[in-house]
Amino acid sequence: MVNRVVTGAHYGLRDWLIQRITAVVMALYSVALAGYLLLQPHLDYDVWTGLFSGQPMRTFTLLFLLSVFYHAWIGIRDIVMDYVKPAGVRLAIHVVVILVSLLYAIWAVQILWGF
Amino acid sequence: MKFKIYRYNPDTDAAPYMRDYELDVEAGDKMLLDAILLLKEQDDSLSVRKSCREGVCGSDAMNINGRNGLACITPLSSLSEPVTLRPLPGLPVIRDLIVDMTQFFKQYHSIKPYLINNDPPPETERLQSPAQRAHLNGLYECILCGCCSTACPSFWWNPDKFVGPAGLLQAYRFLADTRDHATSERLDDLEDPYRLFRCHTIMNCVDVCPKELNPTEAIGKIKDMMLKRIV
Repeated sequence: MVNRVVTGAHYGLRDWLIQRITAVVMALYSVALAGYLLLQPHLDYDVWTGLFSGQPMRTFTLLFLLSVFYHAWIGIRDIVMDYVKPAGVRLAIHVVVILVSLLYAIWAVQILWGF
Repeated sequence: MKFKIYRYNPDTDAAPYMRDYELDVEAGDKMLLDAILLLKEQDDSLSVRKSCREGVCGSDAMNINGRNGLACITPLSSLSEPVTLRPLPGLPVIRDLIVDMTQFFKQYHSIKPYLINNDPPPETERLQSPAQRAHLNGLYECILCGCCSTACPSFWWNPDKFVGPAGLLQAYRFLADTRDHATSERLDDLEDPYRLFRCHTIMNCVDVCPKELNPTEAIGKIKDMMLKRIV
């Protein structure tokens, strides 16, 4: 009988850490945006476009969205690792999630900077 | 008192079933294990593991009214009727309330649950200061009953790959021990998306531990140690 030795794959810590850091970015952005909107007495088109016209807000928004995508990628991969056992199906789902996230990221840049 | 007990004898039963029992007993200060042994006098085919009957050996872990625990230290008076007893979830059933814990112990052995120290042994013992020894409190008390790991969904889904709360608590017990010199080998071994990072901190383990230990905290400390060595 072959006794297979179990050992670490030497990754996992970085993903775990990134998930925590991106969570902090998302929390900061959500609180800042919610605070701004609550303090805004007349919320109309001009206020919205004004808010997103400055480079800092656009950059912060892009940072937030990239955090969402990376956070979601790690989360979805974790779920797939638990519930999808066939390696081929799992790899296909991984590829789809990565491609969709990349497309969303490009789309976000396009929306924010209006290319 | 009314009981509903999971029965399964793979030699004679096609499928597991729940059997009703009635026991004429005053709860008083009796424990659940006392009642099970009285039921066994009624029906000697009822199979259960037990040994020390005082919460030290960890043999009689089972699922009691939907919650893992040790029958010998669960007061009868604390249970609502019918008292529903099932084997620990997620492990293969050998018979009735007895489960096959091979996978559980395989994971426990995989973390090398012994001191690794290649220094020549001193004349006397390897000594620790009282402060160093205090780090082992809340870790060494684990009796390996399996209540925590079998309450953990990550262990249910990946019992062959995820070490589980019991094994990880013991992994930290040796990482926290100043007499052990294999810290980085141990961390290397655990740095894995399955072995350690399947823990998503839902804390079922803390909720059910009959010894009131905290595997989630120990897992957090392992992650801290890994983080500290890379930053």
